[in-house]
Amino acid sequence: MDDLTDALAADLDATFPRVVEAMGRKLFWGLRRICGDHQEAEDLTQETFIRAYRALAGYESQRIVDMDLQPWLWTIAINLGRNHLRSRSRRPTYVAMTETGAEDPEPVDDAAWDRRMSVLNGHQRTAVVLRHVVGMGIGEIAEITGRPEGTVKADVHRGLAKLRHTIEEEL
Amino acid sequence: MSIEKQLEQLTGHLPPGISEGVALGTGLAEGYDFYDSPIGEVVVTFNPGGVSSLDIADGFAERHQPHLGRPLIRAEAPSAWARHIPEAIERGSPGELPVDLRTVTSFQERVLRTTATIPKGEVRPYGWVAREIASPRAVRAVGSAVARNPIPLIIPCHRVVRTDGHIGNYSLGGPHNKIELLEHEGARPSELEGLAARRVRVRGNSSTGVYCHPTCAAIRRSRDSNVVDFPSGTAAEEAGFRACKQCRPHI
Repeated sequence: MDDLTDALAADLDATFPRVVEAMGRKLFWGLRRICGDHQEAEDLTQETFIRAYRALAGYESQRIVDMDLQPWLWTIAINLGRNHLRSRSRRPTYVAMTETGAEDPEPVDDAAWDRRMSVLNGHQRTAVVLRHVVGMGIGEIAEITGRPEGTVKADVHRGLAKLRHTIEEEL
Repeated sequence: MSIEKQLEQLTGHLPPGISEGVALGTGLAEGYDFYDSPIGEVVVTFNPGGVSSLDIADGFAERHQPHLGRPLIRAEAPSAWARHIPEAIERGSPGELPVDLRTVTSFQERVLRTTATIPKGEVRPYGWVAREIASPRAVRAVGSAVARNPIPLIIPCHRVVRTDGHIGNYSLGGPHNKIELLEHEGARPSELEGLAARRVRVRGNSSTGVYCHPTCAAIRRSRDSNVVDFPSGTAAEEAGFRACKQCRPHI
């Protein structure tokens, strides 16, 4: 992580694609699980990185060196998501004409998980996904979402309980 | 399996379009796409600031990949102005289409922005562009700025002709394309060459007393019997004509 922010501070343009490579996968899949829509998650991921790049371009290099990139990106993403969910199914602004990549090794049942996740309220879904899909600590999630740690802990706890219950009912 | 373990596995690959979309959206890569034009298929490159270049599609990759400095990605143009690209190509002026002229000097940019004001179907000599940007002596510099126009067709450098009235050179695939484009726009290039051979630079309308560049819409509307030819604006003014306010053919 430190290597990456050092390189980013030294040469933003050359290093930024590496940030996308390093952080994009978890950012995308976290957003994908929170918003329940593939296209929407792609759009949000892309927009998050574009905003991040523009912000970084205006930062002093020491500020970049000291950054913790993943929570910072998530703060941008969560803020974008608040407005985004109101204007759903907008096309991404920049669409490369690429072939779609390889299938995931063990495809998960996205429809089933979207249904399960929809049982949770927004706060619970965000907290559960950031904690267990993305793998962040409670303290980081509290900072990103602007909610107290105790509340985040409770959101994760209740969210997991609801998911367990929903899955049990499916059987 | 515990619910926590199941959640950990709810990830996969980064969808392939995202890295490229970010590169395009940040301007770290240039997008490109193909369009029809009156002289065949062309390729347009763009970034968030606007359209940055236009070239003949044939052999584009070999010519451009090395010297643009940024990777090129085949992409849809930004949706906010994508629809303006074919319009701008057909009309031969940017209109609402943003153009990215960061690669040219401010002098070149002034030349190109003035060039973009020449109406479709009309032509102006290099000297006219030089006067319009208040650098009347910089005719040669105007010539090289026009020759290095990164966005031909959309910035219609094909409408800038030699000061002696001959059609002159063209950077986009050669002079035959310039003639073809002018033909397509109704500028009648063979007629222009004829006038140039007879040393006609401006034409006056004896009933209005106004003189114009030979392709100005005002003189083209005139009755043939009223048209008087002059070798220069000075000659027209000496004969009592005044310069057209539309095409500004001042000496």
